[in-house]
Amino acid sequence: MKDAYDVIVVGGGPSGAVAARFAAEGGASVLLIEKRQEVGDPIRCAEGVGTGDLDKYLDIEDRWIAAPIKGATIYVPGAAPIKMRAKDENQIYGYILERKIFDRALVERAAKAGVEVYTKTSATGLIMKDGRVAGVKIKRLGEEKEVMANVVIGADGVESKVGRWGGINTTLKPADIETGVQYLMTGIDIDEDNVEFFMGSEYAPGGYVWIFPKGKGRANVGIGLLGSKIKEGGRPIDFLNRFVESRFPNGKIIEMNYDGVPVSGGIDKIYGAGLMLVGDAAQLSDPITGGGIKHGLWSGELAGRNAAEAVASGDFSEKSMKKYQKAWEEKGGKIMSRDLILKNYYIDMSDEEATKVAQAVEGVDFTGVLDVSQLVKILAKVDKKLLLKLGANQLGL
Amino acid sequence: MTVIINRNKCGYCGACVAVCPTMALDLKEVWIDVDESLCNGCSTCKKVCPIGAIEVQR
Repeated sequence: MKDAYDVIVVGGGPSGAVAARFAAEGGASVLLIEKRQEVGDPIRCAEGVGTGDLDKYLDIEDRWIAAPIKGATIYVPGAAPIKMRAKDENQIYGYILERKIFDRALVERAAKAGVEVYTKTSATGLIMKDGRVAGVKIKRLGEEKEVMANVVIGADGVESKVGRWGGINTTLKPADIETGVQYLMTGIDIDEDNVEFFMGSEYAPGGYVWIFPKGKGRANVGIGLLGSKIKEGGRPIDFLNRFVESRFPNGKIIEMNYDGVPVSGGIDKIYGAGLMLVGDAAQLSDPITGGGIKHGLWSGELAGRNAAEAVASGDFSEKSMKKYQKAWEEKGGKIMSRDLILKNYYIDMSDEEATKVAQAVEGVDFTGVLDVSQLVKILAKVDKKLLLKLGANQLGL
Repeated sequence: MTVIINRNKCGYCGACVAVCPTMALDLKEVWIDVDESLCNGCSTCKKVCPIGAIEVQR
């Protein structure tokens, strides 16, 4: 490890790996540090991602795809299931990933671009100079070291410290975090190409239960609950155990994952002088789906590109870093604000209201409906409250 | 005041660290570090823990 780099990225998840890669490809010298001894493990994620522009970040490879996804079913108590499916039976619109392999592939891609990578290496603080971030205090195998950099990218996840050290308050309120438990189960009878969601207070008050197939009779079976709705005896693990016991009494749990997902809809400021935050560290995970991979990749790319531009121009001021936030808002801002409205609509909804909405769409054919945008358009036709909350702007997304 | 993490239950997801207003908690590799001198006893960490691995001693 050198004493100075153009850019230091803290955190080796997808957001950090992509940020590091794009910064290096833009000509910057880049250090990527990961506090754990292995990239990608343990996972804290349901591993679902839409196909979309994924191939921009990695060549699509079977080794990190557990299952291709062709449909989704949403179960609301007291109503017929909502079955979303592509018009073309062969169309794959999402993947359930092997995050342990996917995350590594992204870091390998960054390394190929010239990024220096160190695992079992933590950030313990930021070095400030002349009112801006100028480096990172690093601890590697017990030894402390100060490493200088003109740009630091905080990709340190839901538990982010980089932002807080840099003067950005990233502390989450209980109403702005979903916490959850997930079991990787084997020997269960499920649709191998269809994801399932279970809603309602019996399953998951203020959240949902998911079944994401991972091939060969395996699936991620998990739950996320809004922090503010968690009660003693009604924690995510209690609800999940009840669900699993009734639904998959003979299934075996071969892995347990716990997670916290920001659902704040993002923070006001995701940059400072010499500093940018990406992915979960910037709370860019989607507030209604909890999905964070795609937003992490997008924000990582934008931050990495901006870091390289800053290095080329020698301008590391707030104004220079702000270009990243502006680029992010153009890319994901509208989706984030719409999905924050959807989150607030959903968590305030009673079971009776949810049943009524689901009953109202019972005759509707959901073939060809594959994402939140399309689903919301149909739901807003039968639910005036939702229509009012969203307005024409967000419905047009 | 301090936070007691049941390490046999904890799955080091970091949710408690994310909600801690005083930075008393830190997610190391696979454990949570507690800085007792910073803990204000607010118990937000205990509230959001997905598995109930946290006790707060006031």
